[in-house]
Amino acid sequence: MSAQQKTDPRLWWLLGAAGVASLGWLAVTFGLIASAMEAQERQAVLQTVGDRLVLIGLTWGGGMAVIGWGLKRWFALWVTPSVQLAEEAQVLLKTDVVRELPAKGNAETKVLVGLFNQLVGQREALRQQMDAKVAEAARGIEQEKSRLAALMSELTQSVVVCNLDGQVLLYNNRARMQFRALSQAPGVAGGAELIGLGRSIYGVFDRKLVQHALESIEQRLQRGAAQPSAQFVTTTPSGQLLRVQMAPVRAARPASAAEAATDRADAVALTGFVLMLDNITRDFEAEAARDQVLHTLTEGSRAALANMQAAIDMLDYPDLEPAMRERFMAVVRDETRALGQRIATVEAGAADGLKTRWPLEDMLGADLVNAALRRIESVAGLRCAAQEVDRELWLKVESFALLQALVYLAARLSDEFDVKAVQLRLGPASGGAGKAQLDLIWTGQAMSTETVMSWEMDAMKVGQETLRLTVRDVVERHGGAFWFERERVRHQAFFRFLLPLANPQEAADVPVLSPGESRPEYYDFDLFKTTQQTLSMDERLLTELNYTVFDTETTGLNPSQGDEIIQIGAARLVNGKLLKQECFEQLVDPKRPIPAASIPIHGIQPEMVVGQPTIEQVLPAFHAFAQDTVLVAHNAAFDMRFLQLKEQQTGAVFDHPVLDTLLLSAVVHPHQDSHRLEAVAERFNVTIVGRHTAMGDAMVTAEVFLKLIPLLAEKGIHTLGQAREAAQKTYYARLKY
Amino acid sequence: MNPTKILIADDEPNILISLEFLMKREGYEVVLARDGQQAIDAIARERPALVLLDVMMPVKSGFDVCHEVRGNDAFKDTLIVMLTAKGRDTDVAKGLALGANAYMTKPFSTKELVQKVQSLLQGAQGAAP
Repeated sequence: MSAQQKTDPRLWWLLGAAGVASLGWLAVTFGLIASAMEAQERQAVLQTVGDRLVLIGLTWGGGMAVIGWGLKRWFALWVTPSVQLAEEAQVLLKTDVVRELPAKGNAETKVLVGLFNQLVGQREALRQQMDAKVAEAARGIEQEKSRLAALMSELTQSVVVCNLDGQVLLYNNRARMQFRALSQAPGVAGGAELIGLGRSIYGVFDRKLVQHALESIEQRLQRGAAQPSAQFVTTTPSGQLLRVQMAPVRAARPASAAEAATDRADAVALTGFVLMLDNITRDFEAEAARDQVLHTLTEGSRAALANMQAAIDMLDYPDLEPAMRERFMAVVRDETRALGQRIATVEAGAADGLKTRWPLEDMLGADLVNAALRRIESVAGLRCAAQEVDRELWLKVESFALLQALVYLAARLSDEFDVKAVQLRLGPASGGAGKAQLDLIWTGQAMSTETVMSWEMDAMKVGQETLRLTVRDVVERHGGAFWFERERVRHQAFFRFLLPLANPQEAADVPVLSPGESRPEYYDFDLFKTTQQTLSMDERLLTELNYTVFDTETTGLNPSQGDEIIQIGAARLVNGKLLKQECFEQLVDPKRPIPAASIPIHGIQPEMVVGQPTIEQVLPAFHAFAQDTVLVAHNAAFDMRFLQLKEQQTGAVFDHPVLDTLLLSAVVHPHQDSHRLEAVAERFNVTIVGRHTAMGDAMVTAEVFLKLIPLLAEKGIHTLGQAREAAQKTYYARLKY
Repeated sequence: MNPTKILIADDEPNILISLEFLMKREGYEVVLARDGQQAIDAIARERPALVLLDVMMPVKSGFDVCHEVRGNDAFKDTLIVMLTAKGRDTDVAKGLALGANAYMTKPFSTKELVQKVQSLLQGAQGAAP
């Protein structure tokens, strides 16, 4: 121990306590002796000792010095090394400093120091091992990622991966191009309003359609199917025909064998799905043309041949009058010529060759009936029961369209014939081999042929939604038949669908599936953290919401007096990241002059907007781009006023939640003089590029907003609702345009 | 005794001419219809014993005619033979399900047609009281 080292204060306290205790002992001893003496004796002792009291003080002082020395030695050996060891161990515990602690103090403490040093050594070795493993794993993941990215970009098929909420987690370049082709306003948003990370796939596909396919996959998984997938064909709002194949993405494999055993029941748990898309619009048109050719060849030729056959049969009669003979000969000549022409036409039109068939998928008939029961009850609101369902039948169907047809028919029965309950029956067709018959049965009055025909030919209406398909389209898609029949005895009537049967392959080749084997080897990272879609937007955390940050350039400051938008720029913020690739930037023809005074501000010359889309085209596309996000703008009240004044004209209603970076800046920095975008950007050290272009301002606003989120959190503002409430309370909230 | 009346419903004049000749030659009285509605009207008006019914006709298809005829008890004894170029098994099943007594796919042999018509009419006579 060094001489300069500060003495432990506890030592002084102990020494003080020993001094007080010894003085107390002396006082008590003298007091007791004095109380046992007579007054004269006390006087005599006092006189005897009186002058020698100093000796007692000296011996007491000497005793205290010895005690002090003893205490100091004891502290040096036993207390101080432990205290120092504790402090040094704290440093090792709280930081990643690696050092050997010096051995000091008594023998026991030295043993402890040795043990500490060994533990630190062990910890360090483990940490190094772990770091090496992490680095190796990270390298592996990076390799897998780049392999997957390369594979995805090479694919000629569009691939989109979504979580169970339908949010896009991954898409390839081909998908991006395909969605551009699907966009209703390709020149405006370029498909960016349809596909993007975090966007909902339900912006493109009907949610019910996707849910139906997912349910179908889940049913197959539960039966233990090895590679369940579902297919559907859908029309997009722009009239394109897409064939979509869906494959499940299952939960990550369990970490241990014990977990695997307990998780066996969860082996089917889905975490998302992969969609592979093909635009089959052209194929389908070619297919329809080919069917037409086939139809012309078969049915047309049959009729012609029948006419010829009959006429030739008549010519066999020997007693035929010459005039009649000539008429039958004319029939033969007429039909032969017509047949020749037909074949020539078919030959000319048959160059398209073989095309893909309309995809029908294998489905267990009982599954279809179960799905139909649920759908009819939930959508059409009728009671629905199964009657005589052959559980062995496998159908080859496009199940979504077929279910819609069943729901539509049931709903019309309910609406127009007041039918309260229907039944479904499924069995092999009595008339046609390789076919099944699916009946929708009800009790009560029959209907006229005209009614059946109009139901068959009307565009189907399911719920509030009118589809482009008719029942006949659905039946023809299956190469089936549809009719109405009565069972007089039972006082029942039914619609019958004849549907193609499938070979029950799937049931036959089901290998035993262990829960760990569900995922292909080249795909091994988990992107599937589902969000809480169920929470209302206001309750959700600012950090987990998706945003569309936008800005407009306008002809002036008074939308209510005829000023118009001439440019919109917007960027998306998803998972706290600014997606610079997914932008919306569009000039707008304002259909009015641009005031010369405004041109130096936004730099948009009148000739730049000539030939650009009008606000009626741009706002609906921007609305789609901003779907399911929170709108963010700097001084949002100004931009929102322009958008809202156009609602009736464009049909695009911007009822998104809105956040204003100007107001939020005032919330986090209430004592600052200026909350203009330049000033706020400077405070946050955000570089301004392209100030007063809509896109430039939107980007700056987005970066400012990202910086605002943690500052808001420091003020206890975590959710959208809290942010909106705080913004409303600021002074600037009273500003109106 | 009046000859048995047969209605031939088809929109193809080239088949009508042969079938009319054939059936008349076999001793039947022949009525012609050139679309589905004409066929229904003729059945109600002429009460034929048997109808040779094409499927693909204007106004109403042969399936619709068949369904209406079978839905009316007054015509329950009218025999229906469907003659059609629609040869898929689903079409045959539909025709028979809708109450046709026979379904012949074009092209057919006139001899077989005559035999079918005769056997159906004889069966109906045998069944009649």
